[in-house]
Amino acid sequence: MAQHLLKGNEAVIYGALLGGATHYFGYPITPASEIAHAAADLFPRCGRQFLQAECEVSSISMLYGAAAAGARAITGSSGPGLSLMAEGLSYLAACELPSVVVDVQRAGPGLGYIWPEQADYNFIVHGAGHGSQSGVVLAPNSAQEMCDCAYRAFALAERYRCTVFILADAYIGQIMEPVELPVTLQANPVKEWALSGDAAGRGNLITSIFMKVEELEERNRLLQEKYQRMAEEIVDFEEVETADADYLFVAYGISSRLCHSALHELRRKGIRAGMLRPKTLFPFPGKRLQELAGQVAKIAVVELSSGQMVRDVRLAVAGRVPVELYNWMGGRVPSTTEIVQRLEDSLAAGPGRSR
Amino acid sequence: MQSMKHSIKHQKAGSLYATFERKGPGAKSSHYCPGCGHGTVHNLIAEAIDDLGIQDRVVFCSPVGCSVFAYYYLDVGNIQCAHGRAPAVASAIRRTHEEAIVISYQGDGDLAGIGLSQILHAANRGENITVLFINNAIYGMTGGQMAPTTILAQKTITTPAGRTAANEGFPLHMAELINTLQAPVFIERVSLGTAAKVMRARAAIRKALRYQTKKKGFSFVEILSPCPVNWKMTPVEARRWLENSLEPVFPPGNLRDLPNAAPAALGAPGAPGATGVSGATGAPRVPGVSGAPGEPATPGAAEPVISQKAATKSERDILEILGANSEPLPTGTVSLAEEQNVKIAGFGGQGVLSTGILLANCAIAEGLRTTWLPSYGAEMRGGTANASVNISHEAIGAPIVSQPNVLLALNLPSLDAFEETVRPGGHILVNSSLVPRQVRRGDLHAWYIPATDMANALGTVQIASVIMVTVYALISGAITIDTLRRVIPLSIKRKSLVDINLRAIDAGVAWHRQECCQDFGRPRLPHVSVAGGTAPGATSEEPPVASSQDPSA
Repeated sequence: MAQHLLKGNEAVIYGALLGGATHYFGYPITPASEIAHAAADLFPRCGRQFLQAECEVSSISMLYGAAAAGARAITGSSGPGLSLMAEGLSYLAACELPSVVVDVQRAGPGLGYIWPEQADYNFIVHGAGHGSQSGVVLAPNSAQEMCDCAYRAFALAERYRCTVFILADAYIGQIMEPVELPVTLQANPVKEWALSGDAAGRGNLITSIFMKVEELEERNRLLQEKYQRMAEEIVDFEEVETADADYLFVAYGISSRLCHSALHELRRKGIRAGMLRPKTLFPFPGKRLQELAGQVAKIAVVELSSGQMVRDVRLAVAGRVPVELYNWMGGRVPSTTEIVQRLEDSLAAGPGRSR
Repeated sequence: MQSMKHSIKHQKAGSLYATFERKGPGAKSSHYCPGCGHGTVHNLIAEAIDDLGIQDRVVFCSPVGCSVFAYYYLDVGNIQCAHGRAPAVASAIRRTHEEAIVISYQGDGDLAGIGLSQILHAANRGENITVLFINNAIYGMTGGQMAPTTILAQKTITTPAGRTAANEGFPLHMAELINTLQAPVFIERVSLGTAAKVMRARAAIRKALRYQTKKKGFSFVEILSPCPVNWKMTPVEARRWLENSLEPVFPPGNLRDLPNAAPAALGAPGAPGATGVSGATGAPRVPGVSGAPGEPATPGAAEPVISQKAATKSERDILEILGANSEPLPTGTVSLAEEQNVKIAGFGGQGVLSTGILLANCAIAEGLRTTWLPSYGAEMRGGTANASVNISHEAIGAPIVSQPNVLLALNLPSLDAFEETVRPGGHILVNSSLVPRQVRRGDLHAWYIPATDMANALGTVQIASVIMVTVYALISGAITIDTLRRVIPLSIKRKSLVDINLRAIDAGVAWHRQECCQDFGRPRLPHVSVAGGTAPGATSEEPPVASSQDPSA
């Protein structure tokens, strides 16, 4: 197949359109704007709808309306925009409306800046918006995966009737790489629950207000059951050189690319490092981490944040093996050498759990 | 016909459910308080839906507020929206189902307070939806707090001494505000003060919905409505206060009525109200005359519009548009001696980023793996740009080139910034036209190419970076000149520039043959011109940096 040199932010739109997206709603924000640029160009050319919303509050409300009407709608933004979307994300989850949201993480807090960070992890993975809800969170680490994630996102969103997040970062959004496009176009299936504006949809109701404790309690229970099912059915990860690994990196997104280089450099020095890369952050590959915790002497979580994913890693590992955090913030992205150095320093201080 | 309708006015509208489960199984009464206007308006809407024969097509967007439960009454498609967001939700439903009749039903806190942005932008886009705005000058559901439309001196729980202009500002006039916009086709304020006025409200709601069925565009009806409980009045007193106190502040009347407006094209730039309708002045179609019934404006001929949805595309069309079914380029057979970690750096405008993309495209054509990453943020805004390009046979990890084995330095700041980062044994290609010094390090290969001078000689400064890449291709062997020539026409959008770029390649090849002939023909990584060798740029008469030829200077 032909390989197209695409930015991650462009590839996500190619994947979405081939995945059957019918609507794009969005508001510009660096470093996610190329998503809207590509959508503005390609959605109308493909006979699909593009609308620049007046703000992210409206973008996500439009996603809510379009999803309720049975569309396959997608938006893209970055941290400050996601904060504004919290309201709508909660409604989407409560009403179980399939939708796709791309977050190209930038450095925060506040306005921060446009460099990469991975500091939206807690917000997105542990339920953006008020209430005990979640969505599937996919974590691409290349332009190809930006395309692939978007391509499968709508089917996943409809399977679980939830929002599927594509949690990228400024570098995965800006990177250009060869991308092989899917060769078949997905269709948007008819949803019998949707507001179709005809006789079939007349009795349908989309709402999240429940006036009886028993009803709202039941609603929450069903949602949590669904999230549990996700953990059993769709958890996804990549392992790199784990078979004989003594030391394990855990990283996603751009950090996993850095760790990929770092572990090969460590192996050239005779240090057997490996990596587990979560491709789904929700559900989180905790079970596999538990197994690897019985094999390796140390786990190092590499994150561009204060250390958010590390808590999920520690929860999974439950103290069986030391879990260290190598983190950078404020848009600083370490070189491979710095990561190698951190592990070497750590090994000099102590070999980790003896086996 | 009308009289016949009136003769059966006590019969419940077919678009209302037979019983209202909200109040318990079998209930016949609504959850609204005695004397509340919502029940009246629900009834008017249901009758209009019946008479227009649109029950199956209606999608009713209920707000946050007392009318959150409108779906217990109206037997249509229903969606409950986050506070104030109904116009955005309605816009998206409209853009999903062209034949749906989309009604946004909102209170004053919802529409004029928290949702002010959503209503104004939906109206301004001329969405073919109907917004019914219940203005009772107070928050009902939350228990009697001040609304954006609370009138001066009106007492509420949060303005216990009465609203003051000094502290809370003046009441918002939403119909007049929306009348400043160009797109809406119907704007009217009505009152539920008396039975006669209710009939006027009935007519306005019908007209608004009828316009929507004819796809005319955005319609807005503001309905002054009593809230006896929170006004702390009896229902009768409330009707009186509505007439005597609210109506003078919010005068009922039609503000705009464009029965001949052209049908709105979904999501199209030329929908009613776009400049084609009202002329080039950009002024509102109807002057915002507060309270006075507006003279219907004479609609002009709308410009032909192309609906986004009009063009239905087949699977094959879409695969073609996206290039998903395109044939791969025949790939080359280059064998890299080592992974190439290339940093290209220069002023913005020197083609740094696009040259990096050219290089990455060539790598793909050679069947190699590649990544391209632009410099980011402050350094870019400071006037210099750089791109990291990796080329490898293996999967590439870190895309950022922090220790390049090849540096293309198009200007002096770039050489200053990155010389020290180049790995020993690596290559620095210097644009000697703009860089007045030599490479200081002695543990790597330095090449001095007067690329800007050569580009100027060819007629355009912008191809200097292509000359540099050509020389890089020759000394590294990472890509072939043949591939470069093959990829140039595919990666340049402006076809008129293809020829000049091909000539830049020729110039680079010629320079390499002349300056490095003793090495030409060696497979790759020839050793020439280590630091201290001749540097043409050092003697160039060209000003070193910030030359007037540089577009970004």
